[in-house]
Amino acid sequence: MRRLVTGIVGLAALLAGCATTNQDNSSRLNLIKNRNELICGVSGKIPGFSFLKSDGSYQGLDVDICKAFAAAIVGDSEKIQYRPLTAAERFTAIKTGEIDLLSRNTTFTLSRDSSGGNGLTFAPVIFHDGQGLMVKKESKISSLKDLANKSICVGSGTTTEQNINDAFESAALPYTPIKYQDLNQVVAGYLQGRCSAMTSDRSQLAAARSGFKNPKEHIILDDVLSKEPLAPASDGQDQKLADAMRWVVFSLISAEEQGITKSNIDEKVLIAKDNPQLKPLRRFLGIDGGLGEKIGLSNDFVVKVISSTGNYGEIYDRHLGPNSEVPIPRGQNELYNKGGVHISPPFN
Amino acid sequence: MKINQKIFLQFGICIILFCLIGILINNLTVNLIRTGLGFNFSWLFKPASFALAEHPLPYTSSDSYAWALFIGWLNSLKVIVSSLILATFLGTIIAFARTGKNSLLGLISAAYITIIRQTPLLLQLMFWYFVGFLGLKDNMFIHIKNIFNITNQGIDFSGLFFSSEFLALSLGLSIFTSAYIAEVIRGGIISVSRGQWEAFRSLGLSERKGLIRIILPQALPAIIPGLTSQYLNLAKNSTLAIAVGYSDIYAINDTIINQTGRAIECFIILLFSFLLLNLLITNTMEIINRLILNSQKHT
Repeated sequence: MRRLVTGIVGLAALLAGCATTNQDNSSRLNLIKNRNELICGVSGKIPGFSFLKSDGSYQGLDVDICKAFAAAIVGDSEKIQYRPLTAAERFTAIKTGEIDLLSRNTTFTLSRDSSGGNGLTFAPVIFHDGQGLMVKKESKISSLKDLANKSICVGSGTTTEQNINDAFESAALPYTPIKYQDLNQVVAGYLQGRCSAMTSDRSQLAAARSGFKNPKEHIILDDVLSKEPLAPASDGQDQKLADAMRWVVFSLISAEEQGITKSNIDEKVLIAKDNPQLKPLRRFLGIDGGLGEKIGLSNDFVVKVISSTGNYGEIYDRHLGPNSEVPIPRGQNELYNKGGVHISPPFN
Repeated sequence: MKINQKIFLQFGICIILFCLIGILINNLTVNLIRTGLGFNFSWLFKPASFALAEHPLPYTSSDSYAWALFIGWLNSLKVIVSSLILATFLGTIIAFARTGKNSLLGLISAAYITIIRQTPLLLQLMFWYFVGFLGLKDNMFIHIKNIFNITNQGIDFSGLFFSSEFLALSLGLSIFTSAYIAEVIRGGIISVSRGQWEAFRSLGLSERKGLIRIILPQALPAIIPGLTSQYLNLAKNSTLAIAVGYSDIYAINDTIINQTGRAIECFIILLFSFLLLNLLITNTMEIINRLILNSQKHT
């Protein structure tokens, strides 16, 4: 009798378990909240973007974007499991559900975004990049034309391979691509002199060069072969998660537009609470309007995000600013009102 | 009773195996539908839009993915066949040195086998490529204009060009496999009874002649099966090409997966191309084995 009761109870518990998991599977957002941890796919090999420090922690612009998502969804920017992924592994990792989202120098393209292609969906662009070429100063190469009939080291399985081909083919220049699986090998091949030039996104070239023995002996050519808008990505079938991601990225940009920083966020919250007439600020910080709930987050998600990572400009300066290890001029990554292209739609 | 038990057991195992395979297939189809990845091979005939450094047949980036894969398969075949020949040659020499009377040669070959077998192949390939071939300078060793040119781009032998990537992979695979082949051959030689050695020596045959004419033919039936499995390992190890920038079928597959997102289809194609390669090797070895056994029956 007792056995029968435990059996029934066990079965009921199992069914209940199934029922709740089924419900949770409707969006990955709930799954992340229940797990109380975000699984974020990163590269782990690009200084300035995502790099494994000697103390075992990940750092960089891409990593801070993961942290912003974790702060918004779970409420704690440290509750993240990082998964280092190669360029070839990353999309399968999203589609199979091994990771919740990808923040790994991924170029936003039509075939990746479409349901007939890779079936992903992209959050707003977090870094506008372009593919470039790096050569040795002593080689006297100054443009694409000088590279005719030369070997070029390329990372395999990325849009870089297609772009370099398009650039050389449309200029009717013959070349030999030497393909390696990851950037470290591309760098080794280039430094050993197997290729006259190496190609990658200009940000990655700058990051790689910062680790060379004599960074000044290498120049990045002025030719920009492509637009490379780098953006975080998630599964295209999960609209709720995509919405949340989109507005977390916009909140970083919007905070910079409004001059809200990590250090003054608490002060801004107090100001907003005391001044009912500051309607846009109150909506942005979640005091009025209930905007967070509409995208499946808490209403004060912006406060959680900014107080853990700071706004977009702060994140950029921390990892790519003039005093960082990988300085990259902000250029087109400035806000729209300062000559760049970053802009946030209104939080209404 | 015992026979009944046996049948029952085998029947049970069959059912379990059947269920397991069923679950796996069901899991795959359900998940393919769930993730919207369903099977589709029509992309194979779209232009590949990437260039290849090495292609034994004409290839441009406007050729189809299917053609690019075929070129990759040929590149794999090229490196496998050349490494196979070189590894067998090296392995035989080392085995002879190891079993021979010269103790210095024996020691050297034993050390060679130990070192090669106890370091990872990937490390060895990286060493041959990044340290060995890319370290080559112009005008090193011999440099006869237009006949024999060595640079870190590769070796040009009177118009016949071998790239550094191909050479590093081929040499690395040959050296790695030769250590295993040497041990297989040594095993075969040892399996021939001591009496045979004494017999040819008493007939006044030289060591070399005796080894080749008397010992080796008797050792071959024991060597061939081990050799076949080493050849198959070599073929599979050739996929490490991607580490040294050689465009074999696996490296090309890697690019295509990234461009098309068709991971499952690509891996199925990869699976069958290797099945084809390995069946080629197994069947050739089977024919050689039969020829040897037949020729021995007649003598």
